Amino acid sequence: MSGEPEVHEEFEARLKTYEGRPAAETGVGRDPVNEPMIRHWCEAMGDTNPAYTGPDAIAPPTMLQAWTMAGLTGRPERAAAYDELLRLLDESGHHAVVATDCEQEYLRPLRPGDAITFDSVIESVSERKTTKLGTGYFVTTRTDVRAGGELAGTHRFRILKYAPARRPRPAPARRPGQPGERRPRPVVNRDNAGFWEGVTRHELLIQRCTDCHTLRFPWLPGCNSCGSAQWDTVAASGEGTVCSYVVMHYPPFPAFDPPYAVGLIELAEGVRIVSNVVGVPYDKVRIGMPVRLEFRRYDEELVLPVFRRYDEELVLPVFEGVPE
Amino acid sequence: MNVGDRLPPLEIPVTRTLIVAGAIASRDYQDVHHDPEHARHKGSPDIFMNILTTNGLVGRYITDHFGPRAVLRRVAIRLGAPNHPGDTLVLTGTVEAVDGDTATVRVVGANGIGKHVTGTVTVTVPAGGPV
Repeated sequence: MSGEPEVHEEFEARLKTYEGRPAAETGVGRDPVNEPMIRHWCEAMGDTNPAYTGPDAIAPPTMLQAWTMAGLTGRPERAAAYDELLRLLDESGHHAVVATDCEQEYLRPLRPGDAITFDSVIESVSERKTTKLGTGYFVTTRTDVRAGGELAGTHRFRILKYAPARRPRPAPARRPGQPGERRPRPVVNRDNAGFWEGVTRHELLIQRCTDCHTLRFPWLPGCNSCGSAQWDTVAASGEGTVCSYVVMHYPPFPAFDPPYAVGLIELAEGVRIVSNVVGVPYDKVRIGMPVRLEFRRYDEELVLPVFRRYDEELVLPVFEGVPE
Repeated sequence: MNVGDRLPPLEIPVTRTLIVAGAIASRDYQDVHHDPEHARHKGSPDIFMNILTTNGLVGRYITDHFGPRAVLRRVAIRLGAPNHPGDTLVLTGTVEAVDGDTATVRVVGANGIGKHVTGTVTVTVPAGGPV
């Protein structure tokens, strides 16, 4: 999510408009306060406080939020504004969530039989923050929890919606070359079949108009300069420079291992091609960097032209980071 | 009950069972609290304890010490280092303020990677003090 500061400001301003809007309206606890849920809670926490058992039992006060949880079902009480806010964050890449703060005040004890209702408001949305987990936004809500209509407690809750900073580690079962984890196949048709045939011979073929001799890439049926449909090919020398590049962080498509650099490479012949830049850490790719063509095999049927950083003074191979 | 009093530490082994049992007892079905594969996909090395369980453990720590007559008034916590399976959470507390029969206790819960939780608990202990 590295972008221009003004883009973040505009996005933040949009997020700010959700402050003060409802997060949940007239929520109803799925179950009234009850002994079984209290007992399950105490078992999990290892809490043997006698105040939570017997005829005069109260619920552990720290269960306050548990009575408002939707469980595996939907959240009919959740207000449109809150859903919208979370969706905005999801769609902008901040799909992971972690709770960071919980502040509860207990005004009266909850007892078995108490019917729970609650309302919640979006108190604040932070500016963009970078944490160890990743970069994202803190969203704070405040909930009033009522028992039999009477205010029993308040609950302020803060979550971080973030784009994970660390690359997801592949699970042990995942192996390269497994179905569904392979790179997308190239779309080969009559207009570009010659190019892919060249790739199988480890040649990067550039089209050349036989009428005006203009080189073109990617492959097209006709010449953009003179309109001629007559052409032949020349094999690229393999020398080039990085004309421009982007670093792909998100989303992590299957078979791709972000972050990685995608370069627009200007070949020595003058045409440009989009491909991966390898042999250099993704954050060290620079415009003007000399690169040299190589052909890399990705699986038993896919070979692609990629560009490796090339430096004549470099004697040792450049450390390439994570092995594939 | 005096300012500066230190509560004896409470060690809680952070088992996979505790994390999952706490999540389910608090009706929290977020996958990161029970599904290691999903947790990894979201950048975490394993599942981790949910905030409701931490909140419950902090409440337990205070009432374990001050006894069944103690009444929790306020619990405010902030999470830091996550509680992953195999770790140990050590809760410690210091009385920060006393006002009549009500105390404010500063609580810190440390695990193997740092401070899992920091916070304050306000608790009223009717005359007689800890049982």
